[in-house]
Amino acid sequence: MLLLTCPCCGVTAEETEFSPGGEAHLKRFGPGSSDDDYETYMFQRKNPRGVHFERWRHAYGCGKWFLAARDTMTLEVFGTYPAQTTEPPPEIIAKIKQKRPEWEGFK
Amino acid sequence: MTRYSAFAIAREAFRQQSGWKQAWSSPEPKQDYDVVIVGAGGHGLATAYYLGRRFGIKNVAVIEKGWLGGGNTGRNTTIIRSNYLQDPSAAIYEKSRSLYETLSQELNYNIMFSPRGVMMLAQTEHEKRGYLRTERANALQGVETRFIQPAEVKKLVPIINLNGPRYPVLGALWQARGGTARHDAVAWGYARACSDMGMHIIEQCAVTGVESENGTVSAVNTTKGRIGCKKLGIVVAGHSGALADMAGFRLPVESVALQALVSEPIKPCMDVVVMANTVHGYMSQSDKGEMVIGGGADGFNNYTQRGSWHHIEETVRALVETFPMISRLKMLRQWGGIVDMTGDRSPIISKTPLGNCFINCGWGTGGFKAIPGSGWATAELIAKGEPGPLSAEFSMTRFREGRFIDESVAAGVAH
Repeated sequence: MLLLTCPCCGVTAEETEFSPGGEAHLKRFGPGSSDDDYETYMFQRKNPRGVHFERWRHAYGCGKWFLAARDTMTLEVFGTYPAQTTEPPPEIIAKIKQKRPEWEGFK
Repeated sequence: MTRYSAFAIAREAFRQQSGWKQAWSSPEPKQDYDVVIVGAGGHGLATAYYLGRRFGIKNVAVIEKGWLGGGNTGRNTTIIRSNYLQDPSAAIYEKSRSLYETLSQELNYNIMFSPRGVMMLAQTEHEKRGYLRTERANALQGVETRFIQPAEVKKLVPIINLNGPRYPVLGALWQARGGTARHDAVAWGYARACSDMGMHIIEQCAVTGVESENGTVSAVNTTKGRIGCKKLGIVVAGHSGALADMAGFRLPVESVALQALVSEPIKPCMDVVVMANTVHGYMSQSDKGEMVIGGGADGFNNYTQRGSWHHIEETVRALVETFPMISRLKMLRQWGGIVDMTGDRSPIISKTPLGNCFINCGWGTGGFKAIPGSGWATAELIAKGEPGPLSAEFSMTRFREGRFIDESVAAGVAH
């Protein structure tokens, strides 16, 4: 059972109060984009073993979307942050680097 | 290979069981092979087996990072059925089911195939209509299924409660020729047959990198050294993303944990497999008497073979309403496996951006039933370099081309 803190309302709760929403920071490609870009955006996923950035929704709370950094091998949650960003904030990156020195960084 | 038979058992009884040979050998890897298969689970071993049997390609190595059949092959609920909605799915799963029927004889290894019948309960009006549709689709596909009424459900499964307040049983899709098999034995039987053909099964050997130049794979680097190959097959289920990353391409796949549990053993009480897809629960009774219960998958990317308690609670809570007698059973053990989910919940048997590298993955929550058919089709793809009729529709380019084989609507989550 994951424990997540919603950065919108500040509540810390068990994962049953949230719904997972898949990989975060996807670059969106719409009409007029190339087939390659569109396929990458729609279907291809990093699916890493290790550090993963992902979307969550506080479904049974404030209802807002937010983002989380989590390890898929250990289920450790490094932190959560607001969804209004195109890449993980520096404090989250620093926290991951501290715990996972071998991590290659956000790509 | 010493053949297993009643005569062999009698002979060994007279010489204190001293004549049994190791079922498969554990050789050191050679410098190179015609074909290297990564992953010695059911699908990988079946692929190697049919490469040898159908196409005479026997200079094959199957490499495995753990032990044989220790991944999802040993972690599923052993259900075999082929009542799928879409034509390509029905074709490959029905091929698989029919191969299972004679697999024990073919491999000379008892896989304990038990065609006890698989029942998928309709517990909402929507689900009932869906199964009536599947029944008709199956009739056109040549898959024998029948929609049965609640009275017949009760006759086949006396322990069921038809009038649950939340989940009443409105009927069921019944496939009499579906059933279960001994999952480990499927891997062991194929491994023994592969080893007998002179193939190498190399356990405790993890792949650390894929060597390629000009779009062609030349070797895989492993913890037991470099192994050259003319063709490479990647058949690693939940870890497909990691292998694809080593080979330099990405997949339309995400890995999640799916879990199952068994109860303490009890006397025989249910001799068919029952699936309740509305509540994401399915149950059968093993030959040892344990109630084998499968549940839903975690919703987030996950590589821990654990599962989570709240999913067990959801599954069991719903099943207790349908099967009140299991409410006082103790749970014996619980485990999780990492399944590779595609967007349309159908598998990938496909060429890759690397010319001589092929991939079989994306079986998600329903891989065990597909082992023989999947091996059959993947062997054809690897041997000929082009997909055969069973695998043509399962190319990974189908996402880009918009040709989904949508079983997420057809089959729900339990699979």
